[in-house]
Amino acid sequence: MQDLTENFVELIRRAATDLPADMQQALEKAKAQEESGSAAEGALDTILRNVEMARANATPICQDTGTPIFEIHYPLGVSPRQVTEQIRKACAVATERAYLRPNAVDSLSGKNSGDNTGIDYPTIHFHEWDEDAIQVDLLLKGGGCENVSTQYKLPDSGLGAGRDLDGVRKVVLDAVNKAQGLGCAPGVLGVAIGGDRGSSYVKSKQQLLRPLDDANPEPELADLEERLLEEGNQLGIGPMGFGGKTTLLGVKAGALHRLPASFFVSVAYMCWANRRAQMRVVGEEVTYA
Amino acid sequence: MRKLTVPISEVTIRELTVGEPVILSGVISTGRDAAHKYIIDNFVKTGGNPPEAERELYAKLQDILTEGVIYHCGPVVQQQNGTYSFVAAGPTTSIREEPYQADVIEHFTLRAVIGKGGMGTNTLQACQKVGAVYLHAIGGAASLIAQSVKEVLTVYKKDEFGVPEAFWVIRVEDFPAVVTMDSHGNSLHDKIKSQSNAKLAELIGS
Repeated sequence: MQDLTENFVELIRRAATDLPADMQQALEKAKAQEESGSAAEGALDTILRNVEMARANATPICQDTGTPIFEIHYPLGVSPRQVTEQIRKACAVATERAYLRPNAVDSLSGKNSGDNTGIDYPTIHFHEWDEDAIQVDLLLKGGGCENVSTQYKLPDSGLGAGRDLDGVRKVVLDAVNKAQGLGCAPGVLGVAIGGDRGSSYVKSKQQLLRPLDDANPEPELADLEERLLEEGNQLGIGPMGFGGKTTLLGVKAGALHRLPASFFVSVAYMCWANRRAQMRVVGEEVTYA
Repeated sequence: MRKLTVPISEVTIRELTVGEPVILSGVISTGRDAAHKYIIDNFVKTGGNPPEAERELYAKLQDILTEGVIYHCGPVVQQQNGTYSFVAAGPTTSIREEPYQADVIEHFTLRAVIGKGGMGTNTLQACQKVGAVYLHAIGGAASLIAQSVKEVLTVYKKDEFGVPEAFWVIRVEDFPAVVTMDSHGNSLHDKIKSQSNAKLAELIGS
């Protein structure tokens, strides 16, 4: 397998310094919908100008460049161990080049490793598949929005939320209300229904890699996503919590099998700086999206 | 949009109400966790009589902060040919300074605190008493805000507190923010929260 270290650095650069086109369009549309001269409109205008500047200067969109989360699909024969080594090297190079802020802190000593590598840092998940290609999806997940991400256990009597999709809807709306503007709204929600506590959280983050305009193949989940987006926006929290029409830009939900005894709902809140990028390796050719 | 220039008079501050976007120009200082604790320990608790070693800095901070502005920010800073510049300078979460902020506002007669996420009752009361506001900057707008920092004039306590925590004295031009806590006891954060609570109750039927 060829050495992809420099390609991983490029993938990180793209994720940290630019927003995906669908996020940009969603922010532009949101700005047009807010009342002229309002704080909400002003916030979105500042956000859009900031994105433009970051792109032009190849500087990070936000000073918190987040936890790098890599989801990798690979064909038989590729070595996950080798890929991991290359990604860790790429994180250190990207830090040197100031695409990433040093963000990996030793939880015992409090010491920052200085190069965005550490114990299980960055996060990398491998999935073998049938395609003869390597596909790497990268998400840079900021700390402010991670701190308002949360998990519920159904039933939740306080919210009157039972063990069904309507119960899921209620707890997700509660999470959006609790977050207010603190997750740097307008945000995107990744929702996972079921699983154990760990798998549920992982699944909720994986939802954030989906394009905003994709259609959920599961009709019940597609309906839930649409309803949550609409009702989340009715809360009126608005950009940065200033009040306004745009609290959420998207909701993406997935389901996992669960134990009969457990019914977890995980909500991954992603800030407006939903920094994701994709790279595909087919033979010698590497493309980015 | 209303333009504010530092130093800001009490009269100007009293005219501001929550929800109003402003742009700010003038000389301000950054300050977050370590800076706030330092101010309390050395200036507030001593009743304005700091230990000998801190007197010089006290006089300098009085110059900057009297009718001035403190910014909750841990910047990414670049140094070239001995000159500093800000590369990324978005706001950090303000609520961590809640135990200190009211005393700091009163001690220096601060006119504004810039940050993100809003602050609590003590800060709101100090704003009302002294004539100060909380200005909410746009979280994540790190590149754009860094562009509005035209000059880094000096830095205090860099070696002691580290780069993100130091007092960076900066000249800003057209720094965009929104008044979310005013000097009349109003907090936009409280208002939005109570409206969204009511809406949530309606949507989930509880």
